[in-house]
Order: sequence, then C-alpha cells, then structure tokens
Amino acid sequence: MSWVEAIFVLLSLVALGSALLVVTTPHLVHAALWLVVTLGSVAGIFLVLAAEFVAWVQVLIYVGAVVVLLLFALMLTRAPTGRQADLTVRRVLPAALVAGLVGVLLAVTVVAGFRDVRLDLDHTVVGSAGATGTAVFTVWVLPFEVLSVLLLAALVGAIALSRLRADSSAARGDR
Amino acid sequence: MPLWWPLLVASLLFAIGVYGVLSRRNAVLVLMGVELMLNAVNINFVAFDAQLRDVLHAGQTFALFTIVIAAAEVGLALAIVLLVFRTHGHIEVDELRELADRDDPAELPAPQAASEGVA
Repeated sequence: MSWVEAIFVLLSLVALGSALLVVTTPHLVHAALWLVVTLGSVAGIFLVLAAEFVAWVQVLIYVGAVVVLLLFALMLTRAPTGRQADLTVRRVLPAALVAGLVGVLLAVTVVAGFRDVRLDLDHTVVGSAGATGTAVFTVWVLPFEVLSVLLLAALVGAIALSRLRADSSAARGDR
Repeated sequence: MPLWWPLLVASLLFAIGVYGVLSRRNAVLVLMGVELMLNAVNINFVAFDAQLRDVLHAGQTFALFTIVIAAAEVGLALAIVLLVFRTHGHIEVDELRELADRDDPAELPAPQAASEGVA
C-alpha cells in the first residue's frame, strides 16, 4: 500500500466515523462540529483524488459558510447546548434498516461494477485553479450562468421568506 | 488505488446521510444529513473525473456546481426553518403535521383550524 493509499484510507475512516457521530450524537452543537471534521476530511479526499480547487472550495464554502449557517440556525432557534435525549426519533430501527439497505445495495453495486478498474493517480490531470477555471469559463460557461441565476433566485427567496411579517402569523392565532 | 475505494466510501457516507435524514427530529440536523449525502455524490464525481482523466474536468466542475446548489439549499432551508420556529415555537419535523393526510377532516389540529376560520 503506497502512502497515497494509506492517507486515503485514513481520511476515509475519519470521514465515516465523524459522519456517524454527526447523525448519532445527543448534543446539537457537537453534531455541527463533527460535521466540520467530516467535511474537512472529505476535502482531504478531494486533494488525494487530484481535485485541488474543489478541495479548497469545499473548505471555503462548506466548512466556512455552510457550517456557520447551520450554527446560526441552531443559535436562532434557541437550541439548548446540553445533552438531549429526544434528538432522535424513538423508533430508530426502521431508519437504520432503510439506511443499511441503501448502503449495502450501493456498496455491492459499485464494488461489483468497478472491481477491476484501477485509479492511476500518478498520471491524472490535477484540477488546479487554472485548469478548473479554464474548464468552467470555456466549456461549462452556460451551466455556470444558469447556476448564478439559481443562486440569485435562492437569495431573493430567502429574503422574501424571512420578511414574511408577524402579521400573517398573528392572523393564525397566538402561535 | 482501486476505483471502488472512493466509491465505497461515498456509498457508506450516503447511507449515513440517509440514516441522519430519517432518524433526526430537529430540522437543522436533518439538513446535516442532506449535506452528508451531497458530499458523497461529490466524492463520486471527483473519483470518476480522476479515473477518466477528463481534460474538460466535467466531474470536478459538476462537484463545484453541487457545492453551489448545496449552499443555496442551506440558505433557503435556514429561512424556512426560522419561519417554522417563529410560527410554531419548535423545529421538530415529526410534529409538523398540518399537511398530513387524515381520514376524518374534523380532527384538524388547532392552528390549522384557526387559520381556516380566519380565511
């Protein structure tokens, strides 16, 4: 096993372990902090898989912005910081069953389908900022523009939603 | 390294995300499960980009697009979660049952009946 493979396995184990903690921990804020560990190690996996720019975007957007947004949501909904027993539904067995079925099906399919394919990371094209930027702004420029319109729509939608005033909720009763 | 290593990691991460979405009651924790699933998809994109040695970098570009869509989704979902918190006082998804199907229309919950009375 080469050192690249060793690093990949290590990062994968960290990602999977912290992801398990994200979905099982009884502390609300700890879940967000474990999510940082998961997303960070996924960024490391991207680096190992020669996607340099995607890795830094992952660190900037996910670890920097998305987790902060989630923490803001927890803070604004007055999430208690202590241990909470009722964060998970009472009957977890059906959820675990469905998730386990999904995982086993996907894992068996991809392992059976790509068992003999090797990933040659020594001769692959490294997705540096230059290479990815050239690809985005030449070949993929139309999806990029569509995506910017989508972002604008999401922004306007979020503002419109958060400006729905209390008068509409007052008409609904004291809740 | 064999190609199925990253694909296996992505599958397991996706399954963990599915479990998070199904088992958590807090809406923000459900969102974290969705983020895990989106990240699993990104690992697949990047792995196949590296395997195909794509000169157009389709896989990495689409991973970037997925990240942008995830950011937009989180922004919108945060607005919705805050709105639900303002109108209901909690964000537990299994207690938001106003839209659930019922056999008997008489057993509507209180806030729904009140809003219908106003309308």
